Amino acid sequence: MCEYLHSVTLQEEKCRGCTDCIKRCPTEAIRVRNGKAKIINERCIDCGLCIRVCRNHAKKAVTDTLDSLLEFKYKVAIPAPTLYSQFKDILDVNLILTGLKKLGFDEVYEVARGAEIVTAASRKLLENKTLPKPIISSACPVIIRFIQIRFPELINHILPIISPMEVAAREVKANLVKKGINEKDIGVFFISPCAAKVTNVRNPIGFDQSSVDKVLSIKDVYMKLVPILKTIDRVETLRQSSNNGIGWAISGGEGKFLGIENYIAVDGIENVNKILEKVENGKLKDVDFIEGLACHGGCLGGPLTVENSFVAKNHLEKILRYSVKVKKQDNQDMINSDLNLTWSNPIISKPVMTLDQDMEKAIKKLEELERIYDSLPQIDCGSCGAPNCRALAEDIVRDNANIEDCIFMLRQKVREMAEDMVNLSRKLPPAFRKNDD
Amino acid sequence: MKLSFNVDGDEFTLAGESSSQVKKVLKQLGVPSEVIRKIAIAMYEAEINMVIHANGGTIDVDITPEKVYIVLKDTGPGIPDIDLAMQEGYSTASEKVRELGFGAGMGLPNMKKYSDGLEITSEVGKGTTVEITVYI
Ligand code: SF4
Repeated sequence: MCEYLHSVTLQEEKCRGCTDCIKRCPTEAIRVRNGKAKIINERCIDCGLCIRVCRNHAKKAVTDTLDSLLEFKYKVAIPAPTLYSQFKDILDVNLILTGLKKLGFDEVYEVARGAEIVTAASRKLLENKTLPKPIISSACPVIIRFIQIRFPELINHILPIISPMEVAAREVKANLVKKGINEKDIGVFFISPCAAKVTNVRNPIGFDQSSVDKVLSIKDVYMKLVPILKTIDRVETLRQSSNNGIGWAISGGEGKFLGIENYIAVDGIENVNKILEKVENGKLKDVDFIEGLACHGGCLGGPLTVENSFVAKNHLEKILRYSVKVKKQDNQDMINSDLNLTWSNPIISKPVMTLDQDMEKAIKKLEELERIYDSLPQIDCGSCGAPNCRALAEDIVRDNANIEDCIFMLRQKVREMAEDMVNLSRKLPPAFRKNDD
Repeated sequence: MKLSFNVDGDEFTLAGESSSQVKKVLKQLGVPSEVIRKIAIAMYEAEINMVIHANGGTIDVDITPEKVYIVLKDTGPGIPDIDLAMQEGYSTASEKVRELGFGAGMGLPNMKKYSDGLEITSEVGKGTTVEITVYI
């Protein structure tokens, strides 16, 4: 398996080579080369920001398609709670879950239920107080990758627990195998608001192999589900989750359900960056827990959703209120999972920002970088294909660009050459020179 | 490799920018993360102190493969009794500054805790120089 693999990709024919995405990418992972945006694989954390900012819709998240249902005999849907928020006027989650069965799934297991199991396990982990404070939630895969690249010294703050999606997949598979179904025949399909989850399923962090077989986007499923929902005449009672698990989709939901009072819920990758900086400076030791989600509005703002995140939040809150009315109890006491939810592999840092393995050489390169940066116009125009002048200087010392990629530097060079040529053209061989030459 | 910064004393919100940049540089140089963390905490503390007490100043950073050496110089009021200032909980911060979360009396003790060498020279009325060394 190759080490870096991403869901977020470019559709070349749509890309016009503008600077929108290169300037917004939180890890400076995009360059424009030959008129097209190019993602530097090692740096991309699949946040999906570039998908959102591209005006030509040239970036997309590659997910599995509904056709892949045909690959398995026994098909299980594990929907993210965000799915529930996408349908206007549907308050009963059971309707959506029944719809999924009509769509072709043999079984449905809610990721919201997985979230509740994760919460129970997290509580236990938090009790033994060995983790350094503040503890950082591991719920958002983008944030974990971001920490690996940008804040490696905070890796040991991350709550070492697998995600609700993974728990749901493992739990449902274990249950089905117990019932006598052959594991090879089971296909677990995660219905996802998130591009990074696709990457995480193929290339997990913290363990070797994901129990999720395919990842479908909420968008694709939504399109198929809407007409089906209209035809349902008998709603099955399939919901197992309580409001707590569903609440995870909203920023702050995890911390609230954990029962921690002293926590920070922060959404939007640039906001998370600021908070992690503070942790790095030792300034948030008085905080117990940080729930950082890369998308604005949490998972409801994921790049694979259809509804506006603010509207989705309103819908989800309606669902939560409705559930209270129909007395759906918090069933966290019933959680009796014998699954091991902690990570089996350590999270390693990914020093992709490092200029050279050898520090002496790195220092030389950095000095060169500073020198080049000083000579550049420092207006961050982006015409060179790098997000800013400093990034171009960095690309140059990494041998990935030339100083003439800067149009201002090029112009200056051309001008110097032109002046040289004019001067040269004035020169005559001695035999033709007049006295006053 | 040498870096220099001017720290503006009028802007609380800008305090910490130099430490932020130094952190970025150290990551580019591949300095181990535990070391970066020590430097981040010690230097941030020192930078904030400089803003609170001395209306800013200058910071010089010298990075070699063996160590990071940081000198923070200001022309502020100086520290009358350095030993006293090193005690945990000792603070000269005004009410306003404390409200902002600074000046809990952990500044100098924290700097000492997270650096391998801490040298403070100060003259009342003239200014303070703080030298922080962290070995890589
Ligand atoms: S997905 Fe995020 S990290 Fe990856 S290239 Fe796009 S903006 Fe950058």
